Amino acid sequence: MKLFQKKRDATALNSPLIRRPIQKCFWLFLLPTFAAFCIGFLYPFCKGFFLSFCDFKTTKNWTWAGIQNYIAAFQDKSFGHAFWYTALFAVVSLVLINVIAFAIAYALTRGIKGSNLFRTVFFMPNLIGGIVLGYIWSMIFNGILIKYSTSVVLETKYGFWGLIILMCWQQIGYMMIIYIAGLQSVPEDMLEAARIDGANGWQTLWKVTIPNVMPSITICTFLTLTNSFKLYDQNLALTAGRPFIQQGGEVIKTTEMLALNIVNSFYASARSRGVGQAKAVIFFVLVAVLSILQLRSTKDKEVQQ
Amino acid sequence: MKKTLAILLAVVMAITLFTACGNDNNTPNNDTKTGSVYYLNFKPEADQAWQKLAETYTALTGVPVTVLTAASGTYDQTLTAEMDKDAAPTMFQVGNAGAVKTWGEYCYDLTNTDVMKEMTTDAFNLKNEAGETVSIGYCYEAFGIIVNKALLEKAGYTVADITNFETLKKVADDIHARSAELGFDAFSSAGLDGSSSWRFSGHLANMPLFYEFRDDGVTSQPATITGKYLENYKNIWDLYTTDSATTGAALVSATGDQSEAEFGEGKAVFYQNGSWEYAALTGEKFGMNADDLAMIPIYCGVEGEEQAGLCCGTENCWAVNKNASEEDIKATLDFMKWVVTSEEGTTMMAEQFGPIPFKSAKTPENVFFAQANDYTAKGNYVVTWAFNYTPAVDDWRAAVVDALTQYTTGNGDWAAVESAFVDGWAAQYAKENS
Amino acid sequence: MSTKTASGGFKRERRRHDAMSVIFGILSVIYLIPVFLVAMNSFKSNASINLETFAFPAEGTFVGLDNYIKGLTFGNYPFLKSAGYSLLITVVSAALILLCTSMAAWYIARVGSALSKVVYYLCVFSMVVPFQMVMFTLARTADTLKLNTPYTIPIIYLGFGAGLAVFMFSGFIKSIPLEIEEAAAIDGCGPIRTYFSVVLPMLKPTMISVGVLEIMWVWNDYLLPYLVLDRKKYMTIPIHIQFLQGSYGSVDLGAIMALIMLSIIPVIIFYLTCQKHIIKGVAAGAVKG
Repeated sequence: MKLFQKKRDATALNSPLIRRPIQKCFWLFLLPTFAAFCIGFLYPFCKGFFLSFCDFKTTKNWTWAGIQNYIAAFQDKSFGHAFWYTALFAVVSLVLINVIAFAIAYALTRGIKGSNLFRTVFFMPNLIGGIVLGYIWSMIFNGILIKYSTSVVLETKYGFWGLIILMCWQQIGYMMIIYIAGLQSVPEDMLEAARIDGANGWQTLWKVTIPNVMPSITICTFLTLTNSFKLYDQNLALTAGRPFIQQGGEVIKTTEMLALNIVNSFYASARSRGVGQAKAVIFFVLVAVLSILQLRSTKDKEVQQ
Repeated sequence: MKKTLAILLAVVMAITLFTACGNDNNTPNNDTKTGSVYYLNFKPEADQAWQKLAETYTALTGVPVTVLTAASGTYDQTLTAEMDKDAAPTMFQVGNAGAVKTWGEYCYDLTNTDVMKEMTTDAFNLKNEAGETVSIGYCYEAFGIIVNKALLEKAGYTVADITNFETLKKVADDIHARSAELGFDAFSSAGLDGSSSWRFSGHLANMPLFYEFRDDGVTSQPATITGKYLENYKNIWDLYTTDSATTGAALVSATGDQSEAEFGEGKAVFYQNGSWEYAALTGEKFGMNADDLAMIPIYCGVEGEEQAGLCCGTENCWAVNKNASEEDIKATLDFMKWVVTSEEGTTMMAEQFGPIPFKSAKTPENVFFAQANDYTAKGNYVVTWAFNYTPAVDDWRAAVVDALTQYTTGNGDWAAVESAFVDGWAAQYAKENS
Repeated sequence: MSTKTASGGFKRERRRHDAMSVIFGILSVIYLIPVFLVAMNSFKSNASINLETFAFPAEGTFVGLDNYIKGLTFGNYPFLKSAGYSLLITVVSAALILLCTSMAAWYIARVGSALSKVVYYLCVFSMVVPFQMVMFTLARTADTLKLNTPYTIPIIYLGFGAGLAVFMFSGFIKSIPLEIEEAAAIDGCGPIRTYFSVVLPMLKPTMISVGVLEIMWVWNDYLLPYLVLDRKKYMTIPIHIQFLQGSYGSVDLGAIMALIMLSIIPVIIFYLTCQKHIIKGVAAGAVKG
């Protein structure tokens, strides 16, 4: 971790001229956000961590239960399944969304007629909330699949690709905007220089453009990755985990993602809230590790100014 | 610049804090004097009636009554969050065995309270292991197969022709076979969309559970079930999904509204649902004639079912929050008593919830309840709501719906449905009681 | 793709551009279908929405503005009040998030202290936490601190939304050369002046991207306000819409579609009116290179 930080922070640390005065204004710059962050995230999160070792009905009414919740969470087969399913989903959606969004952004910065209109259109899906999106798309998918006498909740692959299409549709527009911002900040003289050197379109793209939009790629891949891991509303509205596989009473919801699995276990029974909270902690640790790795790998490729 | 900003920020924060504290200080002061009621209602469609009733009560007595309604399907979540707040609900719903396990420790013992003394039966009340009454059933519901008598006669039958599964099947098969000529079909669509599937994973599933529990004399939540009447469940399910205009994959996304509309618009003779449908069917939307409506028991081929009545029971049970202040508990109990004894209260209850098991109850105009009573008067046995024992009810039902869906669309076999019933029950019970 | 002669290449390029325009035109139409479906179905009767989702409103299924009237008048909580609170919460939250987090991000990016590193990583971590994981503890905290009104809930949004904003802002600030700020400092600007007159204008493009993201989030958010707000007094549009579903599975689809349309329209208007600024803002970002 130290290793990849050093490079980036070097610039910041080099200017005491700026650093010292800001540091004195800590209470104005950092404190409001940090205080709200403690209220809105840090404290509830820590309390949640604590509760993962408890039996609880409401958060103020708990009894200590030790690591029992963690044992139950690890024994839950559906949790393991949800993890791998989510991981697969995250990888596929990450690749698809970013490639398509980049391609569209690239095309729309070439001065095509109607670019502005297209940008607006592609951005539109962002205006609709998750639950609603889920219902609209399940209407569309079922309207199509019914012609083949099937439905999106009948086969795992329909549920999977259905959700992928939904997420692409929703997120491409936003990622496209970020990529457009990145592409427009690629220095014109560098592109000019590449052209003069006789580089063709592909070479320019790979050697000049992409390295220069690496910050955008970092942000976009990170956003799509975390969005996939946090996905809940759309998952619930589209398939709610169906179809199921049953093995002697153990139910595995084949299209259930992690967030949905965790929430479902909150309400499964009187004692399962602690288990849900334990799952949430395990989930958090996994995703945090993954995100650090991802940030690290893309940050390394960023062009240093 | 720096100063102005600092002052500005300080002012904003101060205002925020003041408004926050201001709100804080007002309410408790009132509370300590008179006590107040905070009801967490779980039926969105009854929200308006409750709000109005609460206003009336406050106008009459000066006791503040707040009614908050949980959005559909989020009652558990809402209750968990609200119970955690400083101003927690003083009155809420605890409607089945699972809920008693979760919320039982929050429930005030209602035994011998004034409101309970007003009750005509103890049958709908829920007790905890110590024998305390944790919640009282404030209304009950009946479900069965709703029949459009006018259409049935058009097809050449009367309700009296149907006395068991065989006769039901005969009539339904015949109507289905002649559906093109008659212009209507036997059953409305047995949709498996979330808005409709509870009719089968919950209500229809009550049939095999009820008969099994009756045979085995089960009176508390069993750890396992045998599923010996599942063949009967299959009978009736196959009938629903064969003798209907909607079959196969089309059922997967068929909604409750769709099924209701098919029946309401006279496109189907039979419609499995409950007494709560009365208002919708006879209301403005479909304008059905109350005389044309009847509700018959769900027949599924069990021996002696000619003697069956409608499925009567409830999940609508009031509980009072034990942790509320003494004044609030008293105010809440007074409010509950007023609701079931006063003119305004009983009128509203009769309109919104049908018959209520209290001495001063008004008779609702809902014909389905008259029918339920007729069956009982004739000496038929009441089919109780055995599904109230279901462990981890949402998960169990979800698995049953999924297996039913696979079976109905030809992607799975009946064994999976049986497994969802029997193995699912055992697994959910074990999980809940580990 | 390398061009041999300038004029020939130009022509070819133009032809290719026209072809691309057509392709994107078609794509755009396909892309809009779901939004269009909602708009279309908001004028249809409930039964036909589910049975004939793709059919145009026709005689018998067309109900005019009925769904809109139903959606606006059902229940005893006025829809416009919900809309008002939605607007208030969204505007205040977004403004608060943009101002506070950009300042925090500047601090984090320019002060390499242990504290700023810790805060930065906490923010990044907070982005991967789904709301459901903290919902009960957050609702409890908000209730204790009385952050359960539309006037105070923006603080919760600032806290829970800080992660993404800080992450995006500090990513951008790190790519801004230090020299400009140093020059300002040498000219005798204090940090506050430097921030508002030098840094903030440069942040505009990122402000817009973050702002759009936060506005969309807050405007459409359902669960957080549902659990945190004192719903006895306050509702928002997404909460309002949920109440069109009854407990026995009956859903007034038509009214839901109508309300969804009503909740999308302000956002579309916002986006279309700000689009110039958005594109300008994005273009301004190019200057920094």
